[in-house]
Amino acid sequence: MSYTAWILLTAVLVGLSCSLIGVFLILRKMAMMADAISHTVLLGIVTAYLITRSLSGVHMLIGAIVAGLLTSILVQWLNNRGVQQDASIGVVFTTLFAIGVVLISTSVGNVHLDVQHALMGEIAFIPWKTINVPILGEIPEATLLLLVVLIIVIVAIIAFYKEWKITSFDPALAASLGIPVAAMHYLFMGLVSVTTVASFDAVGAIMVVAMLITPAASAYLWTDRLLVMLGLSGGFGMVSAGIGYGIAVLLDTSISASMAFATGIIFLLSFLLSPVHGLLGRKLRPPKPIEDAQTAHI
Amino acid sequence: MTVLHVKGLSAAYRKNTVLDNVTFQVAKGTLTGIVGPNGAGKSTLIKTLLELHPRIAGDVHVFGSPLKKVKSRIGYVPQRGSVDWDFPTNALDVVMMGLYGQIGWLKPPRSTHKKKAMEALDKMGMADYAGRQISQLSGGQQQRVFLARALVQDAELYFMDEPLAGVDAATERAIMLTLQSLKASGKTVMVVHHDLQTVDQYFDHVLLLNRTVIDHGKTEEVFTQDNIIRTYGGALRRIKGDESLAYTASK
Amino acid sequence: MKALHILLLSNTQWVLFSTMLLGMAAGMIGCLAYWKRQSLMSDALSHAALPGIVISFMLLGYKNMFVLIIGAAISALLGACLIQWVTVASRVKEDSAMGIVLSVFFGMGIMLLTIVNRTAGGNQGGLDNFIFGQAATMVRSDVDMMMFLALIVILIVTILFKEWKLFLFDPSFAQGLGMSLRGMNLLYTFVLVLTIVMGIQAVGVILMAALLIIPSVSARYWTQSFGWMVALSAIFGGLSGAIGTVVSALGTGWPTGPFIVIVAATFFAVSLIFGKHKGWLVQKLELREKQKEAKRPSQQHLSRKILKEEG
Repeated sequence: MSYTAWILLTAVLVGLSCSLIGVFLILRKMAMMADAISHTVLLGIVTAYLITRSLSGVHMLIGAIVAGLLTSILVQWLNNRGVQQDASIGVVFTTLFAIGVVLISTSVGNVHLDVQHALMGEIAFIPWKTINVPILGEIPEATLLLLVVLIIVIVAIIAFYKEWKITSFDPALAASLGIPVAAMHYLFMGLVSVTTVASFDAVGAIMVVAMLITPAASAYLWTDRLLVMLGLSGGFGMVSAGIGYGIAVLLDTSISASMAFATGIIFLLSFLLSPVHGLLGRKLRPPKPIEDAQTAHI
Repeated sequence: MTVLHVKGLSAAYRKNTVLDNVTFQVAKGTLTGIVGPNGAGKSTLIKTLLELHPRIAGDVHVFGSPLKKVKSRIGYVPQRGSVDWDFPTNALDVVMMGLYGQIGWLKPPRSTHKKKAMEALDKMGMADYAGRQISQLSGGQQQRVFLARALVQDAELYFMDEPLAGVDAATERAIMLTLQSLKASGKTVMVVHHDLQTVDQYFDHVLLLNRTVIDHGKTEEVFTQDNIIRTYGGALRRIKGDESLAYTASK
Repeated sequence: MKALHILLLSNTQWVLFSTMLLGMAAGMIGCLAYWKRQSLMSDALSHAALPGIVISFMLLGYKNMFVLIIGAAISALLGACLIQWVTVASRVKEDSAMGIVLSVFFGMGIMLLTIVNRTAGGNQGGLDNFIFGQAATMVRSDVDMMMFLALIVILIVTILFKEWKLFLFDPSFAQGLGMSLRGMNLLYTFVLVLTIVMGIQAVGVILMAALLIIPSVSARYWTQSFGWMVALSAIFGGLSGAIGTVVSALGTGWPTGPFIVIVAATFFAVSLIFGKHKGWLVQKLELREKQKEAKRPSQQHLSRKILKEEG
């Protein structure tokens, strides 16, 4: 496959994986949690490197999962001790991220990670680092990782569709039905971490957030059905990746940043023009009147 | 003497009319209960009167003047729901907030203000709790503190939104005693009330509201079975088999 | 020895003083944001400031701190308006709206920054420093501006202290007293954005939120008075700013932001454990006291028992 084709494929894989996970993220109102995890995986990666002295994909994944779970646990712990949810997230992720940056920039233990890279990714370098895989031949390591992660994401969503659907809409009901709400939550957080780190190489920390949240939010404005929302979100994710790449080539600028920007454009269009839940829709159909309440208190 | 004159007041939320052509007068020294079903516009009525919510139509005159000129003579006790109970503040501090209008913007409170606040707390039986964090007070105690905050404003006309919601019996008695003494000293009080059973006990006047005024006036004249049915609509069932006005609306 | 040498440089002293003031201002505003339940909004707005900075630079052609700050402010305010608009006018929730503005605006900023860096060749005007902060590159005029802005913020919080308290605690009642909620909200957004744009230089867009969140959360563990919370938060913030800047000066090219954050986090950890109000240690000791009391039978109970036994 050509150089450009590999890059596009990688970008599309990022768009797809992230946007699928993103649907559950926004429904569970955990957008900022995703933002937090996308920052703390940096520390996970750095720590994994310090311990194993290798930049292999598997080690980074494990480091990321640990970081993601640690973030969730710490946030939950602080919240239980009376700190507001938002503030808990803020304290945990900024501290862990700062530690990660300090480790890198002070070259403690000679960590050869470039901070810019960690933030913005460098998808342009991906086709060069290849790995030999049976049947498929030489394919870039990062692309392979993303492919595996995408499969994991799809399998997980299929396997846990009912459980995640219920725990997203009504955790109390879910608990009463015997569904392990906490376990589902941490499983989900683990999946977010994995997706994030797989996308790291390509788009970096902050743009992952764009891919996680924005296509899903756009889809949310077009439909009320979860399955359709997943489909639309995936579609928007892939399209954003493609458009972003096009813009980047046109303007000679960062591919990942352009992809983030493209998700924004699609969202803006959805926000303004969706006849279902966008501004256009609200203009066409007035909101339902408040029903008369005919009950009196005694 | 009429302290409040409302004519043709209308208000809406988005595209829904919540208040429609509301007209009534309130005389000085009366204690009026505002009753009506959920969504009838009771809270909205108070907010619109006080210009906290935009008015679509109508006139409001308080003490014969438009609202702007007499704001300092009015006291407002909003519903308890909007407060952050974790906020680091004690009972005395909360009552002092009632004096901010008198202290003036940008100026610090003085010891005279502190004294006034303590007196108000004392009137509500909460003097011992002056330094207590509000998060450590019970629902009834919190409501008493809010009443003290209203008292300290020394207003002539009070609007209270469900002050008895969720309080214990002792607090309810204390609050009603306070309202009675306010009335006795010539103040006028209007209270959004949720409990039909106690209306004739607590209020000498009543305003029946369901988007528009169904009726208003002296409780003994206006708080009749017919009016209640007209206000609450639907079928009402008697849950006590005798003359006592115990009604519940069926769905 | 290097650290001492640095401290003696008057330029460093000025930089230290300004980051200290910045920390104080951020700590105070952070308290307001905490009780407005909008702690993470500062994260979204900091990231949203980036495109404004780059565009200002592109329009002007060279680095002028004043112009860049205006650009940052406009960009952040635009972000704030968009978040508000999306939240109010659609079913998209506030956290999602924040995440969208945060990442899309930041993405735009990086797009433009990459173009700037590539066309001008090399690190143009030190714009990269806005990502993680670099207090050491601040010149005297930058320092003066930061101090001036910080003082404005501190003044606004102090003079209107009782108004802020009322506004945060019971906005409905405040409205009843005649306070304009819209006015207070505008003022709040104004000082928030002001603090963010002034701090971006020293701490960077990514970590600015930390300085707004961590000191105020730390202060919460020491006091039950709003006034003391604001004061302590200012102290923690100020110390974090100063100490963090000194530590980052020890190495060449070390960014200031992460070090300030780590100092702040240390204060937080200490507060979490030793804080007088709900600190871990205090709670453990109180629990032990209560457990001891429960085991001790009351004097009355004991004497009654004795009387009974004596028949």
